[in-house]
Amino acid sequence: MQYMLILNETAEDFAKQVGGEGTEEYWGGWHAYIGAMMGAGIVVNGDGLEPPHTATTVRIRDGKRLVQDGPFADSKEQLAGYFVIEVPDLDTALEWAARSPAAATGSVEVRPVMPPPQAA
Amino acid sequence: MIMDARRVAEDAARTSYGRLVALLASRDRDLAAAEDALSDAFVAALKSWPETGVPTNPKGWLMTAARNRMSNLYRHDRMRAGLADDLERHFAASMQDIGAFPDERLKLLFVCAHPAIDSAIRTPLMMQTVLGLDAARIASAFLTSPATMGQRLVRAKAKIRDAAIRFEVPDADVMPERLTFVLDAIYAAFGQAWDAVPGGDSGAVDLTAEAIFLGRLLVSLLPGSAEAKGLLALMLYCEARRGARRSADGAFVPLDEQDPALWSRDLIIEAEALLTEASAAATLGRYQTEAAIQSVHVQRPFFGETNYAALRSLYALLVRQHPGLGAWLGYSGVLLKLGEVGEALAILDDMPTERVAAYQPYWVLRAHVMRALSQLREARHAADRAIGLTEDEAVRGYLLSKLMPLVKPEATG
Repeated sequence: MQYMLILNETAEDFAKQVGGEGTEEYWGGWHAYIGAMMGAGIVVNGDGLEPPHTATTVRIRDGKRLVQDGPFADSKEQLAGYFVIEVPDLDTALEWAARSPAAATGSVEVRPVMPPPQAA
Repeated sequence: MIMDARRVAEDAARTSYGRLVALLASRDRDLAAAEDALSDAFVAALKSWPETGVPTNPKGWLMTAARNRMSNLYRHDRMRAGLADDLERHFAASMQDIGAFPDERLKLLFVCAHPAIDSAIRTPLMMQTVLGLDAARIASAFLTSPATMGQRLVRAKAKIRDAAIRFEVPDADVMPERLTFVLDAIYAAFGQAWDAVPGGDSGAVDLTAEAIFLGRLLVSLLPGSAEAKGLLALMLYCEARRGARRSADGAFVPLDEQDPALWSRDLIIEAEALLTEASAAATLGRYQTEAAIQSVHVQRPFFGETNYAALRSLYALLVRQHPGLGAWLGYSGVLLKLGEVGEALAILDDMPTERVAAYQPYWVLRAHVMRALSQLREARHAADRAIGLTEDEAVRGYLLSKLMPLVKPEATG
């Protein structure tokens, strides 16, 4: 089964990405986590994302293209990255999710990846 | 003959429902498919047994039929083609007695009470998959509509299948936490019934017997768990007093006024034995403490009075283990009985206002505490509020006739 770990972080976490107090610990935590996942051979793919202030949101309404600065929702935690992992079941996926630095400060949503449509 | 076949089929379905569902679903985590296959097998049995006679092994027959139905389903579903072979292997000895197959019900209980499942649906899910109760009956017990309950059950089963929740007994390191979810889900069914039943006027279906059955099942499947025994003991102590909770004319009788002669001796003896066994494990948890509290109450006839000092220690422990409203309220009530009125009030005052606003037992106790402090205006206010919050007719009658006179101004004189 493939699961996406959707990593959400707080404004404080994002601030630590670019230097200042706690930067080293921040990146150290992520490197260790990613290293462990790579070592386990479960990563299908994954990326970190630039902070939410770089986001632009697009909607089509009444045929008109609406472009807006910022992420789709203004919430305390924002999407910071994702991993798609291949593991036997939800419980294993939850264990990996719980180990991520994002779980300690933000949150991790775990969702099964939709299987590809069946060939006719 | 026809009636006999029907009776045997119904009996086989009832007594082995949970085992068959657990076994059929354990490979693929597809509870809905397992239930459908089993109900198809049951329909086939009702059709063929009256003609061909009841098979020597009815449960084995039902399982083979359900297994075949599931295999056929999977053969039609190319994506899951591999699973059909798996199932074939799993059921290779299909005509054997069901006792020859592993009992997967413990895994099923842990799946139903998995933290990834909405806590409000865990109990109904157990009732349906382990006991075979239909959604309408469960809905009635939980005071919701059959359609809503049906939808929520379908959603929960889809999540188990689609998110692939692990079908297994948890590892030792997470066992205590995961077991708590199972215990809580079983106790929720009991508590629901216990709260709803008193007047019998809520019309709710009583799931007490089902909860006790699950409690017994858990004790038999997890004989090493002290808390499982504690939970079963707790439910049996309460059940033992069922006949004494109402007078002959239907009036409410509080615990300390109940006639012990009306308590079930057999259930109390069984509960005491369970609690003793549990204590041998020396892992004291919330349910054992709650059972021990009930044990003190049922010892009243031997000592002529309730041992409130013992209750005080037990409640002091319980509020540390499980600091819920009920535990704090029980603690405060015992302090009042012991004459420690100031401490009793301090606990009541510390309880969160928004959570006690509609909690009837809180206002009953507050009325008694305020009366003990001779603050009759406050006592009357609390009593009014308690009566306003009482849904049960018999309890309301009791409060009007017993509590109200105590808080009237002339009661001081």
